[in-house]
Amino acid sequence: MKVIYTDVLVIGGGLAGLRLAVGAKRRGHDAIILSLVPPKRSHSKAAQGGMQASLGNVIKGQGDNEDIHFEDTVRGSDWGADQDVVRMFVNTAPKAVRELAAWGVPWSRIRQGDRQVIINGEKVTITERGEAQGLVAQRDFGGTKKWRTCYVSDGTGHAMLNAVTDRAIAESIPVHERVEALALMHDGSRCYGAVVRDLMTGELMAYVAKATAIATGGAGKLFRVTTNAVICEGMGHALALETGVATLGNMEAVQFHPTGIFPAGILVTEGCRGDGGLLRDVDGHRFMPDVEPEKKELASRDVVSRRMEERIAQGKGVKSRFGEHLWLDITLLGEHHIKHNLREVYEICHYFLGVDPVKEWIPVRPAQHYTMGGVRTDHTGQSRQLKGLFSAGEAACWDMHGFNRLGGNSVAETVVAGMIVGEFVADFCEKPENGIDIPTKVVYDFVRREQSKLDALCKGSGTEDATALRNRMQEIMTSKVGIFRRGQDLEDAVTELEQLLIRSRSIRVRDAQPGANPELVTAYRTQRMLKLALTIAHGAATRKESRGAHYREDFPVRNDAEWLKRTLSSWKNESDTLPTLSYETLDVAKMELPPGWRGYGAKNYVDNPATPLRQAEVERIRQDLAAKGADRFTVQQALMPYADLLPDELRGRNERIDERFA
Amino acid sequence: MNQDVKTKHRLLKISILRYNPKDPTSHPHMQVFELEESDSMTLFIALNELRDKQDPSLQFDFVCRAGICGSCAMMINGKPGLACRTLTRDLPDEFSLAPLPAFELIGDLSVNTGKWMRNMSERMQTWVHLKSQEIDLTRIEEAMDPALAEEIYLLDRCVECGCCIAGCGTVRMRPDFVGGVALNKIARFRLDPRDTRTDADFYELVGDDNGVFGCMSLLACHDFCPKDLPLRTQIAFVRRKMAEQGLKGGAEPAVPRKSIPIRAA
Repeated sequence: MKVIYTDVLVIGGGLAGLRLAVGAKRRGHDAIILSLVPPKRSHSKAAQGGMQASLGNVIKGQGDNEDIHFEDTVRGSDWGADQDVVRMFVNTAPKAVRELAAWGVPWSRIRQGDRQVIINGEKVTITERGEAQGLVAQRDFGGTKKWRTCYVSDGTGHAMLNAVTDRAIAESIPVHERVEALALMHDGSRCYGAVVRDLMTGELMAYVAKATAIATGGAGKLFRVTTNAVICEGMGHALALETGVATLGNMEAVQFHPTGIFPAGILVTEGCRGDGGLLRDVDGHRFMPDVEPEKKELASRDVVSRRMEERIAQGKGVKSRFGEHLWLDITLLGEHHIKHNLREVYEICHYFLGVDPVKEWIPVRPAQHYTMGGVRTDHTGQSRQLKGLFSAGEAACWDMHGFNRLGGNSVAETVVAGMIVGEFVADFCEKPENGIDIPTKVVYDFVRREQSKLDALCKGSGTEDATALRNRMQEIMTSKVGIFRRGQDLEDAVTELEQLLIRSRSIRVRDAQPGANPELVTAYRTQRMLKLALTIAHGAATRKESRGAHYREDFPVRNDAEWLKRTLSSWKNESDTLPTLSYETLDVAKMELPPGWRGYGAKNYVDNPATPLRQAEVERIRQDLAAKGADRFTVQQALMPYADLLPDELRGRNERIDERFA
Repeated sequence: MNQDVKTKHRLLKISILRYNPKDPTSHPHMQVFELEESDSMTLFIALNELRDKQDPSLQFDFVCRAGICGSCAMMINGKPGLACRTLTRDLPDEFSLAPLPAFELIGDLSVNTGKWMRNMSERMQTWVHLKSQEIDLTRIEEAMDPALAEEIYLLDRCVECGCCIAGCGTVRMRPDFVGGVALNKIARFRLDPRDTRTDADFYELVGDDNGVFGCMSLLACHDFCPKDLPLRTQIAFVRRKMAEQGLKGGAEPAVPRKSIPIRAA
């Protein structure tokens, strides 16, 4: 049996994992990346529209800074986010764009002078400043006060993934492709690496590491209709959950993207609406200004998705033989814009719909898109239960998105978290007390345990079919744990998912052929996916309020008095059929931005008793400091000091056209 | 979208190359599957349906299923293409699927393009060779001409699917030939002002018969590129620049360079 030793084991070869590994390697630690697929095929690739960073280069982004990005992100999260982490993120995002610019990402750049854009359905001429010529451009996205989304046409994730993968190759970081981590090796308090299966040969191996990082992305395939790639099955979440010790945070927080093409669910970017595209109903009526007068098509994704489903429920959907949908109209943007800035959208419409978006409307309907929940960590990315276990990116909940993430904030999070957590992983590995001395017997025992589970699937007496169980699970999740949630549906979903989980213990693989064996892969993944589905459904059934993307028809109000807290789930015993839930309260007294109205969506919420106090305190501090002529950095420092939380290398301020360094 | 309501669907006969190299009892053969076509059926949908309902052992690769990741390239009725965005309605009643040639076979329709591409990247050094490893991340980024940024992106759109290699005549004769994917990357980094390399450096990488001078200009790479990359013009351009470079360096003695086998075991 192969046992491979390294300093840092990164599970997941997308943007977060790659950037994390580069950071650790540059600090002198060996890193190995495990990836289900060649890293350039990771789902990071699918990020189209762009990444948020408050560079403030374009004229419509003038005046943007970390403070505004911070507030947009917290409002977007419906106050579920950890505000310290959001601060760390917004201060690092501009640095991430600039690092990638140096590494070769061909960011779309600004041309000085007049240009015509579409704003609120109207043609408007704006004038870019001379000093912005050639700097990284920004476009508009949902839920943001400024144009902040940096982009590479509409292939942003693709270009970023090319540059970061190539950087990992330049740094000679090995990527072990087509392998899958099956279990973490741990002793209940310390993580030692993972048991790994080779997806070409079927062989089991052990990877022993000082630090293990889960960067495996989301879990969209728990749902029938999703924009996620087929590999986004939440196997990283499952690794942590199955330790019985580590916790997952806010798994009920699931984002639905307004514009999945109908019926395939393939994403067309929010950039379509950011650049001026409109949503229309069966009559061709633009309905968003009626219901969201402030932000219209560019409210946050949870709000737009709900407004769209409401419109369909009002009988204004377009009927087709696959069901009902609405229209996305980008014809007003013109052929040149579509073929240069929305190139992938053009290709997707052409190949999958036979639609020419220059002339025709695109059929769309909301589809599962993003997993806000993930492996619960502290601000350094480390699990609070298992020392040496880290997580970054969509797989993690450190928690910068709360109950709804803004468009452009996830692909930004991948590289930012990679940068930050990479430094903390390096710090961790440098400390002598974090060395490991795990007996080989323990390693062998873990591998044997996984082998016996696989043997049971291939040679056991079970009769269940994994594909049938999985299809049923996806159907339940889409129909009962979707955009609109009701108590009874959620209870029904939990009950049936529990039954499916019990049945999944009797899955039998029909063809035990040597090698990759795709049937075996489906079998063991389905068992794990059912546990994750239960963390989502059970968490959603228990959370009796509406917050961000979690919308309960029977509890439509955000309830800060009772529910300003993060859900934690763990799976205590293998024989359990439900996760064990606990809660972590968010402290209003420490918030820089106390809870309030988001600026879009419903205006009703129940205040936390501490909110008015903190609100008054924040206002007093702001007024006092304004009277003294303090700058924004001093005000921020007084409200919620966070700079010490960042690694030394990433602490500096960010230069802008309007905030030049001396 | 296509709103035609078809009352009767075709019965497709799909002939698939089957072989599991890990199984000593397996031998390469074509297996015919019958499948009822559905509306807007792609090969992604068709192959998953075959695996779910007829043969759970069938191996193939999909990731994004949206034509952007390059995982699912295969020979579709004899021509390389992306399976996920190929609609069955554009194929005859009977058609064949086979793995891409030139790559290591994992099983059935699955080939190891990832390993090939990593080797290619290491050999071509497909990264920006920075002026300085230390970048001051707090300062405003360096300006770049907007048109140049877009030109670089156009070449950067390659998804490394392997269609250009599978369609290449030269690869059949020279297994170490770098192919359209690598020559396009040389063109991309050559264009990038952030990369400090010169034509003399690029000549070291592709100035021989396994590089740009091996290309016979059959240009199936250009015809089969699913991203419509301008491979024809880019290969011609790189060839011209490398020929100029070769003439410049003509006075120096020819030194045999270390050859890194691109298909190392």
